[in-house]
Formats: sequence, C-alpha cells, structure tokens
Amino acid sequence: MSTPKMTMAQAINAALRDAIAQDDSVVVFGEDVAQLGGVFRVTDGLHREFGESRVFDTPLAESGIVGMAVGMAMNGMRPVVEMQFDAFAYPAFEQIVSHVAKLGNRTRGKVRLPIVIRIPYAGGIGGVEHHCDSSEAYYAHTPGLTVVAPATNADAYGLLRAAIASPDPVVFLEPKKHYFAKEEVDVSVPVPPIGRAVVRRPGKDATLIAYGPSVPVALAAAAQAATEGRDLGVIDLRSIVPFDDETVCAEVRRTGRAVVVAEAPGFASVASEIAARVGERCFHHLEAPVRRVTGFDVPYPAPKLEHHFLPGVDRILDAVDTLQWEDAA
Amino acid sequence: MSQLKAALTPARLLDESGRLVRGATAPDAETLLEGYRGLVFARRLNEQAGALVRQGRLAVYPSSRGQEACQVACASVLEEGDWLFPTYRDTAAIVARGVDPVEALTLLRGDWHCGYDPNEHKVAPQATPLATQLLHAVGVGHAARLKGENTVVMALCGDGATSEGDFHEACNFAAVFRVPVVFFVQNNKYAISVPLARQSVAPSLAAKAIGYGMPGIRVDGNDLPALEKVLGEAVARARAGEGPTLVEADTYRIDSHTNADDASRYRADDEVNDWLPRDPLLRVRTYLKAKGTLDDAREQEIADAAEEMAAAVRAGVGAETPVDPEEIFAHVYATPTPQLAEQRAVLRAELEEA
Ligand SMILES: Cc1ncc(C[n+]2csc(CCOP(=O)(O)OP(=O)(O)O)c2C)c(N)n1
Ligand SMILES: [Mg+2]
Repeated sequence: MSTPKMTMAQAINAALRDAIAQDDSVVVFGEDVAQLGGVFRVTDGLHREFGESRVFDTPLAESGIVGMAVGMAMNGMRPVVEMQFDAFAYPAFEQIVSHVAKLGNRTRGKVRLPIVIRIPYAGGIGGVEHHCDSSEAYYAHTPGLTVVAPATNADAYGLLRAAIASPDPVVFLEPKKHYFAKEEVDVSVPVPPIGRAVVRRPGKDATLIAYGPSVPVALAAAAQAATEGRDLGVIDLRSIVPFDDETVCAEVRRTGRAVVVAEAPGFASVASEIAARVGERCFHHLEAPVRRVTGFDVPYPAPKLEHHFLPGVDRILDAVDTLQWEDAA
Repeated sequence: MSQLKAALTPARLLDESGRLVRGATAPDAETLLEGYRGLVFARRLNEQAGALVRQGRLAVYPSSRGQEACQVACASVLEEGDWLFPTYRDTAAIVARGVDPVEALTLLRGDWHCGYDPNEHKVAPQATPLATQLLHAVGVGHAARLKGENTVVMALCGDGATSEGDFHEACNFAAVFRVPVVFFVQNNKYAISVPLARQSVAPSLAAKAIGYGMPGIRVDGNDLPALEKVLGEAVARARAGEGPTLVEADTYRIDSHTNADDASRYRADDEVNDWLPRDPLLRVRTYLKAKGTLDDAREQEIADAAEEMAAAVRAGVGAETPVDPEEIFAHVYATPTPQLAEQRAVLRAELEEA
C-alpha cells in the first residue's frame, strides 16, 4: 500500500483530529476555526465531527483567546488555539509573554500550562501587509516558551502531536507557503521529538542551517551547488527552542563551514543566535566565519516586492562562495 | 430609557421601498442627489475592483457591497480639516473622501502598503490589525483639542472588531477625555465566518456606549439620509466639545469577506437574498425618482460619470507601473541606518548583476 499524500494543512488537521479523539482534555478554539474550518482550512471538519464543546469560534480577540487558554489549562484542559495570522497574534503578546511563558516558573512548577498556540507563519504567499511576518524571534527570546517550526508535512503531524502532549506551552509556527503542498505522510511512523534537529541532506563541504519555510530553499540551494561541484549539507532545526546544539555542531565540525538561512530580518534574530552558538562551540573547527542569509532589516514588503526580500538560492550560494575556499587547499 | 431606545431601535428616514417614514422630515433633495451620486460611484467601484481581482490585477478586495450608504455618509458629513480612519473594507469611503481610487487600491494591488498621502486628504492608512486604528483616531482628536483645532475624527470599524480590547480602550479614552471622535461601527453581521451572536450578546453594539458614558445611536445602515443625519449630529456634538458618540449601522455584507472567502460555507443564500431588497442604492433612487429630483438625464449623467471613474480605475490599476525594489529600504527610518545602506547596496549589486 502506498503512503497517502497530504498537504501540510491536512497533516495538521489530522494531528488535531487524532489528539481530540484520544484525549478528552484537548480543545481547539480561535477565530473562524469552527464552521469555516479556519481561513486556511486547517481545522476543516473538526467542528462537525467533535461538536461545539471541543472546537469553537471565539469572539474576535486574540488576547482573550490566549488569556482564556491560560485559565482553561489551569483547570486541566489542553487548549490548542489558533492565531489567524502571524501579525494578528500581537494583541495576545501580553498574555503570551507575561503569563503563558512565566506561570510555570512563577509557581515553582505547581502550575504548568500545556497550551499550543498555532500560528500561520512567514511569507512567500503574496500577502498584503500584516499577513507575512516572521515573528519567531519574539517568542524564542521569551524564556518558558517552546518554539517549533515544521518544514515537512510529516513533521507538521508529528511535532504537533508532541506539542499537544507537552507539559509546556508551545508556539507552533506553520509556514503558510507549505499549507497546500502535498507530500507523503505516514502518521504511523514516529518523527524525532521536539528539540531534535534532522540532517535533511548530508554534505561534506559546508552546512546550511534552516528551519520552517527556509528548509526547502536551503535544499534547493544545495541541489544547485551539487551541479557546480560543491557538496552542501542541510540541517532542518524543527525546533528553535529547545535548540539542538548537538546535531548542529556535529555537522558543522565535520564540514567546517556554515550558513544560516531564515526569512526573518537578520538583526537580533534567531539566525544571529544560531551563528553565535555555532561560532562559540565550533570555533576551532571553522574554516570561515558563520554567515547568515536572512530577510533585510525592513518591514515585510508588499507582494510585488517580497521576492527581493526573501532569501533565495542565489543569495545562499553567494554566501557560500564567501566561505574562504581559497584557504582550503 | 430614551438613551437605550436610541441605541436599540435603528433610526430611519427612508423605508425599504424608498418612501419617507411616517413623521420624518424630508431630506434636502439636492443633498440627497449628491448622496445618490456617491452611492452609484461606490457601487461601481466595488464592482470594478471585484472584476480586477478576477483578472488578477488586484491581489484581493474586501468589498463593501451593500454597505455603500455607510461608505458615502461617513465621508460626506466631514469637513475638509476632519480626519477619517478607515479599515481594509472602506476603500469606497476613502474614495468618497476624495482620494484617487487608483492610489487607494495600491495596497490591494500589492505595490506598496499605503498608496496615498494620509495628510493630503486627512485619511489614515487603511488598518488591517482590527480596532487598532480606533486609538489612533482618539489620539488625533485629543491632539486637536490640545492644539485648539476644531477637528473631528471619524473612526471606522466592523462588528467583529468591537470584541478587541483596543475597541474598549478607545471608547473609554475618548469618553474620559471628551475627544471629538465618532466611532462608526458598520455592523454587517459577520466577521469573516463568525456571526454577530458570537461577538456580543449585548442588546446592541450601540448600547455598549452607555457603559462608557457616551451616546450610542443605532441607525439603519442602508438608509443614506438617516446615516447622514445621525452621523452629522454626532460630528456636530464632537465639534461643539461635547465628546464622542458611538454609532452602529445595521447593515449587511452582501459579498464574501473577500474574493478569497467562500461564504457558502457558513451562511445560506436565503439570508443574503433577504437583504437584497434593502439595497441602499435602490432606496434613494426610488425616492428621488418619485420626487422628480432624479430625471432620466441626470441619472444618465451620473451613470456616465461613474463609468468614467471605472475606466480610469481600470487604466490606472492595469497600467504596468514599475515598482522600485530599493524602495524597501527608503522609508524605514527618516535617515536610513548604516546597516540599511549596506543592505541596499547588496540588493543593488544583485539587481545590476541580473
Ligand atoms: C487583530 C486582528 N485579528 C484578526 C484579523 C483577521 N481578520 C481580518 S478581517 C476579520 C474579520 C473582521 O470582521 P469585522 O470587524 O466585522 O469587519 P468586516 O470584515 O465585517 O468589515 C478578521 C478576523 C485581523 N485583521 N486583525
Ligand atoms: Mg463585520
């Protein structure tokens, strides 16, 4: 029997369905998630199948959604909430930073918040303003939050199941441009847990480090480099927090060269953190400084300009070219 | 008690069949004719923008079909120095205010975020993050008072947006500081798929005003003269230093949320069909025809002018105007940071190489 093909939206839908079916404490709520099935159809059919007590629309207020999730989690439930778009999660920022992230620590672990905040995330879909933000740095910078960004549909399923099962709050970043792309997904095959990176492509000359929507771009760059005689490896982080230093450093120590690829503006970014960590841990193995290929330090541009902003294959290969190859004789 | 009544029972001047309601003072015919012209333009703009989306010329368009009376009235009651704070759905209101439609559509065409100069027409950029603009409107109004200007600010939002915390904060600030702002809620019954009943179980949205200590007025949102009267009175109150008003228009979103939305997933055609006879344009037309104010020649002249506007929109939106990639660095700060100058040079080198 061949493995079924699923879009990332369908894989996430399947994860939600299975979690709701298996655990009575799982509830799904947000804006337009019930009857409509979400603006990206990620929750399609769940309201019909499980009813209003498990899957429901809220009044239109993100702070309300996340704040209510805190209370429901305090009372034994596992809320999985949807922010409609990355930039529309900002009204919930106070709840996320001051409460979701901190309650476990404030109460010396007496109150844990098993909340998942799902966020359609990042760009490349030609969205008008406020529809394409890469907001991972805000969350990754907030101690107490687990931050996950799947790049494959199988990971979207497996990581979401793990996120829902986690005792800690998880910000689950879903790359929008992947929502409708089909891949084979066998939900019975377990994926590595949250906190483990995966080597998507082994390579011996240099390592590209990416997560979420930048993983396929890095893979495309590696494929292109191979035709030009350079063997680039690609690491998919899968989870930004916790960060898998072990897998990343093992690869970089082997290749001696690394480029971090991410859509978000580069200044004070997750990419910067990765470059710093790799620099500190792998210094004596590095043949060249770690490079970052990121979005520019500008607000996400209008649809007709976004391709100038997004890190693409050419920019990645240009960065790879600067990794002091002339010294490697 | 009469306070609650005004917040519950929609004010009306023209009924659905275009007749003056009993006891109402007839609106000034020439003003209404001007309003009719506005309605025809707004309707034509909605249709034209929809067509441009289907042709791939616009990325997306949130239509105000069925809400044209609201769009026209909120602009027509303002003076030149007043401000309008619109949302993504209010392109027709922006155009009614005098902004060039092609400039207004820049956002949806995907060239830039805001295509017009907000200071030129005193129209803020269209707000997408819901209800956030209401606080800005309060700020503009409060600054005007501090500076001794007699500016009034018209702040628009939808029924769904009234659930956001910023809506509450804006109403409360405005009432506490007696800010010259009119909050105008177009209650079109839906926030994408979510019906009004999931936003609020208050007796009406206008009734919320009572809790903030300001008047709340409900008005038939498909009745242009009633809207102009109610909004005009709210503007006059604000200008006279009597503080904010919350006006709720009882209207309906005839089209889907945007072209990307499929409304059949969450509402029945019957419901939409029930609202079609309440069309804001037909009502005024019937009334003006019966009065003899709108004769065939004038009607034709207005239709021709609207057609001319639509042709200009087609030409303007369809034109291949180049976008400048380097502009993404130009306006982030008043003076670009050294880092941005560096990044701009990187992009320029790439473009020259290509
Ligand atoms: C803070 C925020 N959350 C969510 C959204 C996504 N969104 C865009 S329009 C909309 C519905 C708004 O409904 P309403 O306020 O009634 O205005 P309408 O679209 O009906 O004019 C939603 C949920 C947003 N733009 N901003
Ligand atoms: Mg609405």
